[in-house]
Amino acid sequence: MTASPVALAAKPDSALRAENVHKRFGSLEVLKGVSLTARQGDVISMIGSSGSGKSTFLRCINLLETPDQGTIWVNGEEIRMVTNRAGVNRPADRRQVDRLRATLGMVFQSFNLWSHMTVLENVIEAPVHVLNENKAEATDRGMALLEKVGIADKRDHYPAHLSGGQQQRAAIARALAMRPKVMLFDEPTSALDPELVGEVLRVIRQLADEGNTMLLVTHEMGFAREVSTRVLFLHRGQIEEQGTPAQVFDDPRSERCRQFLTTNY
Amino acid sequence: MDVTVILDAIPLLIEQGLRLTLELLFLSLAVGLVFAVLIALMRLSGIPGVAHAAYAFVYFFRSTPLLVQFFLIYYGLGQFRPELQAVGLWQFFREPFWCAITALTFNTAAYTSEMIRGGIQSVPHGQIEAARACGMSRVTVFRRIVLPLAIRQALPAYSNEVVLMLHATALASTITLMEMTGLAGRIASRTFDPVSAYVAVGLIYLVITLLLTRGLKWIEWKSTAYLRPRDG
Repeated sequence: MTASPVALAAKPDSALRAENVHKRFGSLEVLKGVSLTARQGDVISMIGSSGSGKSTFLRCINLLETPDQGTIWVNGEEIRMVTNRAGVNRPADRRQVDRLRATLGMVFQSFNLWSHMTVLENVIEAPVHVLNENKAEATDRGMALLEKVGIADKRDHYPAHLSGGQQQRAAIARALAMRPKVMLFDEPTSALDPELVGEVLRVIRQLADEGNTMLLVTHEMGFAREVSTRVLFLHRGQIEEQGTPAQVFDDPRSERCRQFLTTNY
Repeated sequence: MDVTVILDAIPLLIEQGLRLTLELLFLSLAVGLVFAVLIALMRLSGIPGVAHAAYAFVYFFRSTPLLVQFFLIYYGLGQFRPELQAVGLWQFFREPFWCAITALTFNTAAYTSEMIRGGIQSVPHGQIEAARACGMSRVTVFRRIVLPLAIRQALPAYSNEVVLMLHATALASTITLMEMTGLAGRIASRTFDPVSAYVAVGLIYLVITLLLTRGLKWIEWKSTAYLRPRDG
């Protein structure tokens, strides 16, 4: 399938689209043709056992992993790829990738805050140095975001001085500071102590309620069921089951999905 | 040893030699640091020819005595005078000052590049990914995330390098430069009291070293608050 301008114009409301994404690490094929379309306001959760490829797929969307095959559209714009003589796929234009990444907010399992910057500095860093925003304005908006995630009083703390839950909320504020079109969450609560999971999920739920478009890789089944508009179950690099939360959780057609849910939900 | 000779020598050394010593030190440190970052990047580039050239540079300057490098540059380059004149560099290498700067700069660049390389390699990959995920270009990631963290990591070792470089400037006296050690030699032969002359110059190095290490410790303390438990 080619991405003609007509085809793009026909999908004005798809915030994110991936078609037939393949990825292999050495001899291990992690993704065997995964496709997905996220419309404005969709909250899509990806569930599945570890090694099923859900995190890899999420990382392929903003090219933190380069797909070996397949096409990604962000806000209707195709990420152009080229294949070199050795047969290795890579982005044709690194600046396009940088520009599109700036519209995708990413939240990592291990927070990945910049350790030499305070919380507020973390939040205003990309707006100032990627979007060239005025520092005073970025600071005002940054404070509002810290307020929103409930850690405004920690603005001058370094990441190492925060709890995991506070770090993750700071990381969410950092991602929101870019005014992203889509938020990508890569197991945002998996590295947290159980008693800290709730404070992070509350923030994510609020973002979902506000109509943000989000992709969420998670092991929190109950949460996925509550906030998602759609749930994908991945198994061995393929989408094994997908549908509304009620369909996937209450009436899965796939036997593997049923088994997975029996042990994890 | 004669206290009056020492007391006479100290102001003389400070007035007439300190400035040259500090010029040699800070100019070579500044230029050397820029070279060091470039060499570290070349070594980490993974491009075969480039990485090997950087390694060869580091290997050469770490494997030969600094004194030998001084002599090779000061005496050796004189043999290429016509060629150097042809490219307009003779003006530069004719001066012992610039020969000393060249030797000191390359030397510190070689050592420091290894510290920076270690610092760069110690930057957690996740922090680089987070920067890329925000849409930062490679240059911005390096300038805003990687280099600041690498420098902080390399700082304790670099403080040591600064002190060693201060002491290395004394070698410039062997190629006619009258920095503090050269001057001390002259005082020694004039007073026939080498011990007093060198005690005097040694005391000045001692004080400069103290100030340098204190200053660098302070910078280290200020820039690594994020590594310490929160105070207060």
